[in-house]
Amino acid sequence: MSGIPHDHYEPKTGFEKWLHERLPIVSLAYDTLMIPTPKNLNWWWIWGIVLAFCLVLQIITGIILAMHYTPHVDLAFASVEHIMRDVNAGWAIRYTHMNGASLFFMAVYIHIFRGLYYGSYKAPREITWIIGMLIYLAMMATGFLGYVLPWGQMSFWGATVITGLFGAIPFIGEPIQAWLLGGPAVGNPTLNRFFSLHYLLPFVIVGLVAVHMWAFHTTGNNNPTGVEVRRGSKEEVKKDTLPFWPYFVIKDLFALVVVLAIFVAVIWTMPNYFGHPDNYLIANPLVTPAHIVPEWYYLPFYAILRAFTADVAIVQLVSWVTGGIVDAKFFGVLAMFGSIFVMALVPWLDTSRTRSGTYRPMFKWFFWFFVIDFMVLMWAGAMPAEPPYSIISLVGAAYWFAYFLVILPVLGLVEKAKTPPATIEEDFDAHYKPEAAE
Amino acid sequence: MFKKTILSALLAAGLSTGAYASGAESHIEDFSFSFEGPFGSYDEHQLQRGLQVYTAVCSACHGLQYVAFRNLGDEGGPALDEDQVKAYAAQFSLYDEESNSYLYDSEKDEFRQFIVSDNFPIHNAADPVAPDLSLMAKARAGFHGPWGLGINQVVKGMGGPEYIASILTGYTGHEKEEAGTTFYENTAFPGGWIAMAPPLDDDFVEYRDGHDADVHHMSQDVAAFLMWTAEPKMTARKETGFLVFVFMVFLASLLYLTNKRLWAPHKYKD
Repeated sequence: MSGIPHDHYEPKTGFEKWLHERLPIVSLAYDTLMIPTPKNLNWWWIWGIVLAFCLVLQIITGIILAMHYTPHVDLAFASVEHIMRDVNAGWAIRYTHMNGASLFFMAVYIHIFRGLYYGSYKAPREITWIIGMLIYLAMMATGFLGYVLPWGQMSFWGATVITGLFGAIPFIGEPIQAWLLGGPAVGNPTLNRFFSLHYLLPFVIVGLVAVHMWAFHTTGNNNPTGVEVRRGSKEEVKKDTLPFWPYFVIKDLFALVVVLAIFVAVIWTMPNYFGHPDNYLIANPLVTPAHIVPEWYYLPFYAILRAFTADVAIVQLVSWVTGGIVDAKFFGVLAMFGSIFVMALVPWLDTSRTRSGTYRPMFKWFFWFFVIDFMVLMWAGAMPAEPPYSIISLVGAAYWFAYFLVILPVLGLVEKAKTPPATIEEDFDAHYKPEAAE
Repeated sequence: MFKKTILSALLAAGLSTGAYASGAESHIEDFSFSFEGPFGSYDEHQLQRGLQVYTAVCSACHGLQYVAFRNLGDEGGPALDEDQVKAYAAQFSLYDEESNSYLYDSEKDEFRQFIVSDNFPIHNAADPVAPDLSLMAKARAGFHGPWGLGINQVVKGMGGPEYIASILTGYTGHEKEEAGTTFYENTAFPGGWIAMAPPLDDDFVEYRDGHDADVHHMSQDVAAFLMWTAEPKMTARKETGFLVFVFMVFLASLLYLTNKRLWAPHKYKD
């Protein structure tokens, strides 16, 4: 299925031939595993494996947790404590699942930023990118649904705030919100359906991941130079690539285990670091927490959501133009979803012909500033919605949109890029010169 | 030049948050506990003393509904022996019958005694004036600085037990009346005024192990006990966590060497 010419599976024994004629499953596995992979991939290319591992880890730990968890408002919180105290190794399974979500998001952010830096979204990999964005959206939904299940204070109030976003949609918002919640407010029907969907969505992600992999196995991997693998003949391909097995499997496994060592250290020493203390208080509809803060991985978008208050000029303008249909709240919701939507459109917004950021002197600046912008938004999202944080959020949100809608389109036209190496082989050998050997 | 930009951006972020940092009025003292750090464990004598304080003082108002009596015998926890656990459960008084109706024996028309498989009773489920304490040590973060980044938690821990001990030692002696409720000034409580009257006095409890029972010690002991009630499996977590970490480092070393050897023929070739 790969577009890069390489040796395909040949059934040898009688059984293999028999099976191959009926179901070429070994062939599929062989071609997937032996895909020619650019040999100059650097360490930023390991996060795909980490993500695949996280997905499996979350599904396995999640299925075990579901065996002991009770999705009922009177019992959910106690059932989580039952897991933590009475279930054999329940504490380990729950802490792994909890922190596994954080690892999952950390990995996906690095993975996305890697794609943005090396231009992995550019033709012919637009579909891989779009599917990736869908996976990311499904992850956000799954994470949010899961955070509601322990039925702590942040679970309850987080669910109230986030479903409230749908309530901000003009005319049809309130019925949609009630439909999502299964009633006028967050309650037992909400918890039940969130549990059901939290169990369902990971399998949707599995499907999307398969398509994501199918897409990039069709185009071949991008690489740090952004130069395509030469595909004139198998010999040429062999100069630029090495098969995924064993070269990249072992490399990625090494990286995965290093990442997991850090992950284990977090569970060992500070398993609640990424959580919020208030979620160890049982949900109470009568007591609103002082600050309702989502999980850290939503904070940049939460900051964008809150940045557009009614006193921001553009909000007032849009509100006036639409005759008040788009109010500040709805504007914030549009901005939040829009911030991910513009990211999904980046294959068509980036006009530069040079794929990899390595050879784009001006782009690098804007890119790293974009990374900082992401961090600042994350921090601002955790702060109270008041000056100076609201202003910082607004500036951060403005840069976010400017990066995709102005900087990337313009930069491609005005920037003078450096010339990348002619081939992947040239780049690889430049890193590992014969004289550099011991 | 690029580094300068980052630096100035960070500085700008830092300066703008100065006001927020200095606005935090409550003070949490960084008490030292035996269970801190990657290898820290509970001091069973301290937990037993803390249990004594909880039983004599806190239990009058605060429940501990997620903790079972049987767990008082856990290794790495208070480690009472079997008879002690049985005796403790049997003598535990039930203040709030309404919230614990499962104890009601309709044939005898009375509330039965606690047995070891029961949990500590719930207090005031209908009108929870005093919160349940089972998870309080994890439901409060004493430390979250600097600038709201929470980095100091990496070094100091979340500060839950420190928060509890700081509340108990933080009374200044001042009180005020507001809308018929008396509030007590407390240096650790957010806002500075707490509705809970100072619960401890020096030598209020006579420790069985003869340990000093001043307010400072009692506060620390009961805070340690409440950390145990919140995280009873901490010892298992730290032991297993360390072993798995060592295994991961070992496995990573092997994979590093494998990877290096695997790639060697393709690198530095002429």
